[in-house]
Amino acid sequence: MRPSVGFVLYALAAIVVLTLTQWNGINAYVQIVIMFIGINIILSSSLNLINGYMGEFSCGHAGFMAVGAYIASILNVWLFASDQVFGPPLFPPSSALFLFPVTLLIGGIGAALAGLLVAVPSFRTRGDYLAIITLAVNYIVKSSIENIQAIGGARGFMGMRKVVKSMTEAIDLPWVMIWIFVSVGITVWLIRRFVNSTYGKGMVAIRDDEIAAEIMGVNTRRIKMIAFMLSSGLAGVAGGLFAHILGYINPGSFTILKSTEVMVMVYLGGMASLSGSVMSAVVFTLLLELLRPLQVLKWVVVPLMLIVLMLFRPEGIMGNRELSDVFPKLRRWFQAKEPTS
Amino acid sequence: MRRLLVGGVVVLAVTLMCVCGAWGKSLKIGFNLPMTGGIPDVGESSKEAAEMLKEQVNGAGGVKVGKDVYDLDFVYEDNEEKAESATAAMLKLITQNEVLAIIGPQASKQAVPAGETADSFETPMISPWSTNPNTTLNRPYVFRACFLDPFQAPVAVNFVSEEFGAKKAAVIYDIASDYPNGLANDFKKAFEKRHGDGSVVAFETFTTKDTDFSAQLTNIVKSDADVLFVPQYYGEVPLIVKQAHELGWKKPIMGSDSWGSGDLMGLCGDDCKGLFFTTHYSPVGAKGSTKEFIDRYSAKYGRVPNDVAALTWDAIRLLLEAIRNTRGLTGNLQNDRKAVRDELAKIKDFEGVTGKMSFTTTGDPIKCAVVVKINDKGEYEFYKSVCP
Amino acid sequence: MDHFLQNLLNALQWGSFYALIALGYTLVYGVLLLINFAHGDIFMVGAYIGFFVATFLIGSYSYHIPFGLPNEVLFVITVLVTMVLTAGVGVTLERVAYRPLRRRGAGRLYLVITALMAGLILEHGNLALLGASRRSFPELIPKVVYQWGGVVVTNVKLLVIVTTVIVFLLLEAVVRKTKLGMAMRAISYDRFAVPLMGIPVDTVIVFTFVLGSSMAALAGVLFAAAYPVLEPYMGALIGWKAFIAAVVGGIGEIRGAFVGGFLLGFVEIFVAAFFPSTLRDLIAFFVLLIFLSFKPTGIFGVARSTKI
Repeated sequence: MRPSVGFVLYALAAIVVLTLTQWNGINAYVQIVIMFIGINIILSSSLNLINGYMGEFSCGHAGFMAVGAYIASILNVWLFASDQVFGPPLFPPSSALFLFPVTLLIGGIGAALAGLLVAVPSFRTRGDYLAIITLAVNYIVKSSIENIQAIGGARGFMGMRKVVKSMTEAIDLPWVMIWIFVSVGITVWLIRRFVNSTYGKGMVAIRDDEIAAEIMGVNTRRIKMIAFMLSSGLAGVAGGLFAHILGYINPGSFTILKSTEVMVMVYLGGMASLSGSVMSAVVFTLLLELLRPLQVLKWVVVPLMLIVLMLFRPEGIMGNRELSDVFPKLRRWFQAKEPTS
Repeated sequence: MRRLLVGGVVVLAVTLMCVCGAWGKSLKIGFNLPMTGGIPDVGESSKEAAEMLKEQVNGAGGVKVGKDVYDLDFVYEDNEEKAESATAAMLKLITQNEVLAIIGPQASKQAVPAGETADSFETPMISPWSTNPNTTLNRPYVFRACFLDPFQAPVAVNFVSEEFGAKKAAVIYDIASDYPNGLANDFKKAFEKRHGDGSVVAFETFTTKDTDFSAQLTNIVKSDADVLFVPQYYGEVPLIVKQAHELGWKKPIMGSDSWGSGDLMGLCGDDCKGLFFTTHYSPVGAKGSTKEFIDRYSAKYGRVPNDVAALTWDAIRLLLEAIRNTRGLTGNLQNDRKAVRDELAKIKDFEGVTGKMSFTTTGDPIKCAVVVKINDKGEYEFYKSVCP
Repeated sequence: MDHFLQNLLNALQWGSFYALIALGYTLVYGVLLLINFAHGDIFMVGAYIGFFVATFLIGSYSYHIPFGLPNEVLFVITVLVTMVLTAGVGVTLERVAYRPLRRRGAGRLYLVITALMAGLILEHGNLALLGASRRSFPELIPKVVYQWGGVVVTNVKLLVIVTTVIVFLLLEAVVRKTKLGMAMRAISYDRFAVPLMGIPVDTVIVFTFVLGSSMAALAGVLFAAAYPVLEPYMGALIGWKAFIAAVVGGIGEIRGAFVGGFLLGFVEIFVAAFFPSTLRDLIAFFVLLIFLSFKPTGIFGVARSTKI
């Protein structure tokens, strides 16, 4: 397959930012904001899979993020760093270079398995009842972590900074940022492929009418299972990256408030609109950073802006559409081939 | 296209935010405070203390460092009581605002990750209020102005054992908040060391923002504990104490330093009178510079300064002391930061409004804890001083 | 046995608050299919309005009411005035934020996000206006502690429980017997046919918000009397949990809100009392998860048949 123009542009932008980072062209604050934008893109587009395309109302996304964050961090610290709890590293610290994506992936898989906690009840439950289940899962994850003293409980878990450091010592590159760019790229690509596949059409069919979909031969259980696992798995990857940006995680960072933030990004961008999710993640993160000087008033101004936006565009920035629907000429940027339909 | 948009917005953001700090005749100090989130009052009282100090110093002509005189310029950032926001605020202060040093964050949840950032960017940071050992551990650039949990807990244990003859204790704490959680576990360890295993007969928990503790307190009242230890913030303490009394608890209740950080008596009223807690300083019966600080603060803001305000005051003065000791700043931020850190590490003894501190090599002060009694007028009366 | 009875009383009090707040969720949901996430914050606003009314009545400000009244009367006045004012807040919210959106035909989940945003504005607006220090609700009802054997109960606790039960009976009567109540039920039964029958839907919706918000205000004042520390974020967590209670009961059902509220109260209190309390949230939410897996529509919820 020929790489699409969108992909090339993205790769170029990533290389520019990474070069600037490497040569101190942008300062650390701008770097961290860019990294948070990346994480928020993964979170909002993965939640959009459930809340937008499948039409469910999941409000416990932060719980999956926590699972991924903890699994990836614990693995990394256990394998590659000397720590009070886990003792000396099992592998030479420099091997983190190659194994970091593996642990990140394992974190994602762990989160995907946690996603089963929601996926299985979703066979029988819909709508607001399922929303409660996602809420409950978020509480359960947070409360479990708080109760495991071995990984710090409420005090949180740290040591990821050492892992990152040993990676940069091996080869001096901004590794976390690189992996964020890679993950964002893969996430967006994966979700775009997924929603355009038969599974994606199945999801939309479930949203519009579950019974009709089932009658038409859509395997609703399988699709729900895969959608939930994909969505929570991606959230887990985002969590793993988040943990390595901060170098410290604690259960208090993954509460309903965090889930709400992600939800706001999804609906701000527009349900079932991938480009909307990406854009709103960017806008929302930047907005929160730019309005920092307002201090207390920030959290009055931001919601007010969103409400006003909702009044004028009740369907979010992009509504149900993609960027390429609004500007049809963009289509050739995203797709290697002309669309058949 | 998406990326182009992102790029455009980022460039815009950079130009908007890049207000390159002119290194004139002002000393820029950053503050990383919780102005919103669960403990906004902590941020508010820190800011009040800082503003008061700034007025005082600038009114007196500024800080004299070597040959130059500098005005103080404080930059406040809200960390929303979130770990990630605290880190971002920290980076903003260090790389955008180009501050010389940073005061805060206050709570350990933000201070631990933010300390990591300050240390890796070689910027001196003093957390006035974080008692978690991890905040300063292996971080040469991070200091604090208060004592640590592992020190406070034995003080409380010894006090209840000697004062009330307690053989069995009950504890109620917030499992989701690391300060109460850590302190409660340290208390349990210390108490069982002194009175044997199983002497903590009830070890009950709740979750942040809970308001009903009746089930846990029923268990505590039915247990035969001699004393109840409540290492909680002042918002929960009145609820716990009132509900304990309503459920028939008549024995003593002991608190920790977080009790003093707010309008405890205004919220608690008669129920808290006669109780004891360990703290950093006691406003009642204070003398000398402490009294002066309290009087001025009360005159300015209409209330007695809490321990956060006092510790923030001390932390800033400690920092200014270190800056003065550098005998002249070069204007090169990296070198100045290092010089300030070195001077901070050299300070052995410091006389603050919260008592005398001597610093260990890890950046933690050794200072005395005070046990205060809440008297019948609702004032925090000095009862006993316990030094390590 | 004492232990059990004591915790039964504790659970009844705690469940009362969940029930009263869950009611607001359920009423609005029944009529609009909207999860009004600002409801927890309306509860907070209610508690604050109650605080200002009460402190005004006992003469903490420069203007005093010219005659003295016994504290019990003051409390009743506080409750009534607060209910009226808070209902105003709820209706304003409906008019300013929800109705324009509804008119434009926005999806119901966008309304939910608007509600979340409105909640944030209420919380932080309060923080910005009144500052961060917490408020202590004045003790209008002098606390009396009764003791039977090993069971201890205060008059406030009894007041809370009795009021909740009375309110439940009253509301059931309102919804079943009055015209507006019947209109409410009709809308939740068939939202398309009702306007055709000449029922003024907007009036019914306003009435629903009045009812829900005044119940939140009642809960707020009672809560402030039982747990007298007020802070801007007090409504957030209890709001989410009350929403859970409403759904467990079967959202849209008044009985469901009450049963769900008390059920959640019982589970929380009894898990904390008889299991290690560190596991409270864990066990409570697992119970919930399992319950919903077996009874996916809550206790009183009826599975609606879907037409194809």
